Amino acid sequence: MADTLQEFETPDAATKAAQALETYQQKTDDLVGEKLTLNMGPSHPATHGVLRLILELDGEVITKADPDVGYLHRGDEKLAENMQYNQFVPYTDRLDYLAPLANNVAYACAVEKLMGWELPPRGQAVRVICCELARISAHLLGVGCYAMDVGAMTVFLYTFTQRETVYDLCEQISGARFTTSYTRVGGQTRDLTEDTIKGVLKFCDEVSEVIEEVDELLSRNPIFIGRTQDVGFISKDDAIGYGLTGPNLRGSGVDFDMRKNHPYLGYEKYDFDIPVGKIGDCYDRYLVRMEEMRQSVRILRQVCQKIPKGPVNITDPKATLPDKERVLMSMEELIHHFIVATQGIDAPEGEVYFGAENPKGELGFYINSKGGGVPHRLKIRSPSFVNLSILPKLLPGHMISDVVSILGSLDFVMGECDR
Amino acid sequence: MPILISFIKIVMVIFVVILPMVAYSVWAERRVSAVIQERVGPNRVGIPFTKIRLFGLGQPIADGIKFLLKEDFTPGHVNKFYYWLAPALTMVPALLTCAVLPFGSELFGEKMVIADLNVGPLFIFAIASLSVYGIVLAGWASNSKYSFLGGVRSSSQMISYEISLGLSLVPVLLIFGELNLSEIVWEQSKNGWLLLPFWGDGAIWNGGVDRFFLLFPAFIAFIVFTTSIFAETNRLPFDLPECETELVAGYHTEYSSMKFALFFLGEYAAMIIGSGLIVTLFLGGWSLPFGLDAYLMNMTGDPEQIPWWLGLIHIGTFLAKVIVFILFFIWVRWTLPRFRYDQLMRLGWIIFFELALVNIFITAGILILTRGSAS
Repeated sequence: MADTLQEFETPDAATKAAQALETYQQKTDDLVGEKLTLNMGPSHPATHGVLRLILELDGEVITKADPDVGYLHRGDEKLAENMQYNQFVPYTDRLDYLAPLANNVAYACAVEKLMGWELPPRGQAVRVICCELARISAHLLGVGCYAMDVGAMTVFLYTFTQRETVYDLCEQISGARFTTSYTRVGGQTRDLTEDTIKGVLKFCDEVSEVIEEVDELLSRNPIFIGRTQDVGFISKDDAIGYGLTGPNLRGSGVDFDMRKNHPYLGYEKYDFDIPVGKIGDCYDRYLVRMEEMRQSVRILRQVCQKIPKGPVNITDPKATLPDKERVLMSMEELIHHFIVATQGIDAPEGEVYFGAENPKGELGFYINSKGGGVPHRLKIRSPSFVNLSILPKLLPGHMISDVVSILGSLDFVMGECDR
Repeated sequence: MPILISFIKIVMVIFVVILPMVAYSVWAERRVSAVIQERVGPNRVGIPFTKIRLFGLGQPIADGIKFLLKEDFTPGHVNKFYYWLAPALTMVPALLTCAVLPFGSELFGEKMVIADLNVGPLFIFAIASLSVYGIVLAGWASNSKYSFLGGVRSSSQMISYEISLGLSLVPVLLIFGELNLSEIVWEQSKNGWLLLPFWGDGAIWNGGVDRFFLLFPAFIAFIVFTTSIFAETNRLPFDLPECETELVAGYHTEYSSMKFALFFLGEYAAMIIGSGLIVTLFLGGWSLPFGLDAYLMNMTGDPEQIPWWLGLIHIGTFLAKVIVFILFFIWVRWTLPRFRYDQLMRLGWIIFFELALVNIFITAGILILTRGSAS
């Protein structure tokens, strides 16, 4: 549990927030007069992309909210059925485009689970670095945008400046700043260099400062607290009932994190805490994100300090591309290179589901294979989509300004939601 | 001749002082916010066709040209008459209020105020209240739901805060016993600023016990007044009528080109006039601190006559004080988050209104106790 959480806790805060929600909902019953239908989005500054909300208003109070998603639908799942496993990696960049590295890792892990492979220790450590960098990057933007939504523009620019370092690191790691496409089935495109690891450690120090700075600017700011506390209250049962995952679930006090509950990539080896909120309002979700960044820094430090030596990819020639030098020198390797590149891996029949703890929640890939190098069906369980499903219950009774607070605190990405 | 002199003063104040100041406070806003946010800000536009950049001081001129050259688009669904009237109604009151602000003492025997009214503050309130019409009409005539919500919000916000604005001023007027802004500044020049009464008759060692005890209510009035000015000028943390993340751009969503610029400039003009008012009432207007005015005037030999250089110094002092307040406005905007609408109203009606009201009684009480009568 984060220290910051406890400081603000009052004994009956959860009850108070529940009562506030009740009065909000009573308010909507008492209202009379003509209602105003307001179309918020798909192009609106607060909807972080192309979410469309059809709000029914009485004065400034919302009586009904109807989210309309799908404006960014690209048919990723159908596209996956027509290409080899490795060819789908670039599409995962464009799911949660604030944390492409984490999406790459989640997808690669899902296919590897189907194949029954396990990465060598260094490969796993590299992937953990990727995931946690992505988490910090996404949360920096999430918190920054949230602050901007409630009017504190400066915080946004502080966090965004720091994200620049993450992008530089992404460039060092994968060669691309934004659309990284770093992983392949059975490994990565390349290994991390010593410089990158030093860079990550340096980044850990820098980002800690930024986190504390944001903490000073927002966590005790009476206006910010007024805008977020007791607003957008999600009870424990609702959070579970609506299938929320990630910081939104933990903000409501449910101690569930895929990294702890279903460890993958050797997360059980690292020492970190799962921050949990007490009440479940917007302020708690903000605090959980802040604390998750600190924990990610902790994980990054541990990984970088004792990163194992050895290969970063699975050495099976049927799985990953062999060394370029050997491809040019020997016939055997050339044939393997040709087969992996043109036909892809030979997946067994069967189905598999793998969920990874992404910044926005549990990003799951369900793969149904009928054998061969192409999935028969690939389903993406996108956390943003599921998290948004609570909006019709959450929004009524709040004011228009609260919509901005609530949307910001749910921290969704439409690229992932509409996929 | 007096008409000609007044005319010269109007032209000088509006076109040489206020409008350039508006343009450059936009520039300052962008540069200062850039400094606050670790950015660079507009630093490129200097003298055209040369490589001289001058810290981007040419930016406001380029902006102005851009505003004039943009297509002046009137959407088909608006109420044309009010749609065109609204920007003017925002800009004009903001400029009118500067008529009674004394921006200097005297220059060549001429008072440095456009209209030396005996009811200065009342005039300012009467005119400033009109600016709400511009915003309401803009919101209503635009025939868009976001603009409408912005207009409704701003009308209730400005009306609510006008009450605390007016009430917070009553103690100040009680203390000075005067409604003429020029006289108020002269009084402060001789006997200490309202918030700094440490010279002349206002100093406690010269018998200014009343002024010492009045510091407390004066300070409350200062806080309430400054905050209300923030609300009146729709600046963050009270920029609800146009808060971009909720209402896109509020009441001026449907405006473009110079009509938008008029709203924009009107807001900054209101900010400058507001700063000028704060300075005039609480911080001695154009006067120099610690009785320097009297000292300098005695030095020239004729205590009644203000030499021209002192007049210029006074104008400079006034502008310097106003600029400090503009920087304060900018600093606050880029530091604080925004209130929610109902929180804003609660703050206005439950805290500031009561505070201003109680403050009047405190001031009156202190005045009776120290001066014997509330004159």
